[in-house]
Amino acid sequence: MVSTKFFKKFLLTLLICFSTNFLVLSADKAEGEDFNMGEMIMHHVLDDYQYEIMHGLVIPLPVILYTEKNGLLIFSSSNLFDDDHVPLEEGYNGFKYYHGKLKSIDQDASYVDLSITKNVAFLILTATLMILVFLSVAKGYSKKNSAPKGIQALFEPVIIFVRDDIVKPNIGENYEKYLPYMLTLFFFIFFGNVLGLMPGAANLTGNIAVTLSLALFTFLITNFSGNKHYWKHIFWTPGIPIIMRVIILPIELIGVFSKPISLMIRLFAAITAGHIVLLSFIGLIFIFQSYFVGVMSALFVVGLNLVELMVAGIQAYVFTMFSSVYIGLATEDGH
Amino acid sequence: MELLTPGTGLLFWQIIIFLILLFILSKYAWKPITDSLKEREKFIEDSLESAKKAEEELVNIQNKNEELIAEARKEREMILSDAKKLSNSMKDEAKENAKEMADKIISDAKKVIESEKDKAMNDVKNTLAELSIDIAEKIIKKELSKDSSQKKYVDDLIKEINNSK
Repeated sequence: MVSTKFFKKFLLTLLICFSTNFLVLSADKAEGEDFNMGEMIMHHVLDDYQYEIMHGLVIPLPVILYTEKNGLLIFSSSNLFDDDHVPLEEGYNGFKYYHGKLKSIDQDASYVDLSITKNVAFLILTATLMILVFLSVAKGYSKKNSAPKGIQALFEPVIIFVRDDIVKPNIGENYEKYLPYMLTLFFFIFFGNVLGLMPGAANLTGNIAVTLSLALFTFLITNFSGNKHYWKHIFWTPGIPIIMRVIILPIELIGVFSKPISLMIRLFAAITAGHIVLLSFIGLIFIFQSYFVGVMSALFVVGLNLVELMVAGIQAYVFTMFSSVYIGLATEDGH
Repeated sequence: MELLTPGTGLLFWQIIIFLILLFILSKYAWKPITDSLKEREKFIEDSLESAKKAEEELVNIQNKNEELIAEARKEREMILSDAKKLSNSMKDEAKENAKEMADKIISDAKKVIESEKDKAMNDVKNTLAELSIDIAEKIIKKELSKDSSQKKYVDDLIKEINNSK
């Protein structure tokens, strides 16, 4: 009962959040400038050096740079802008802000950019939230063999789902070694997706760097836990003529890399596409500036947001499931 | 294209933070959660099994009870029938005994009566014999008191003897 009540509240909160997307955006371009839909969408989908919650309400984020000449540089991104949030032409510390990117004024200077960008800030937020949530879930288990309560009851079925329906059937007997990674992966993607749907949120799981690193983890785990059957299948596929083996070898090698690349692209595309579609429908309101389009778009966006919520769960499921399948294939015994 | 080029900073932080997240959650969340889930599942399984066992035991006990009741009933019936048989046989024996006793008494009495009768008969006979001898003596004495009669008697006797010849 508690959890259904909680769930209803949760859904209601989400709906309210979705509807406030308009507030954020309406504030964005309220000042009668020419509305550029593509620019608006890209601005929301891409990473940034500052966190613009609304037009005019900007949270500056730390810029961390390692330059060959000056060593480690740490400064607030607000130094790159004037009081009206317009990027300074002369820049700061030899760097200037140009269309969401940081550019070195000296063309030849080499540097490594480790700034806490909008997505990194969101990443930290997501990780913190996950730690808070799951530590409190874990706390519920300190009492032995008691019925789950509250937040524990909300997440326990999901944890059991990941264990029994994703990891166990795909990896097989020794699934327990991979379970912590799979659970972290699933909930990281799920939390990232859902938080990304919040108004003004960053497009964390729809960023290629994030999906790339997640796919990289799966790639490394798959190939490091691959047994001799796995490698034999790749380099000298048994049971077929030798000529075929030679032909199949490059295909198998491509397969090794195409699997994690497909993981990377799928999550990135699904989430980014969702954000772009949502923002397009909201953008229509500003293009047509009519009440009718406004109301219809709003209704559409609420529906789409619910679809996106489903996609958030599905993509977390798919990424975790394929990771499990790849690891399962790499660790299964010869047949 | 900007959309498809991973930012180095984000890549770096994502890897670092994800590893930290994986470490913290594995140690402080997933391990206790999965351990106690497993423990709870085992507990539930064990409980179900013991409940099943208890049920089986109950059925067993019920069966045993029924068996015991049936056995007791049988025994009771046996005891009752034995008692009946015993009482019957005792009755019969007593009857027989009584009959035997009665027969014996009757036959004894008969014997006694017989012997008493014989005795009485003998006594009567003896007394009769004595009496007849007495009478005969008295008659003879009276008859032979005269000579004529004696002579007559002798004559009679001779006549009788002759007749019989």
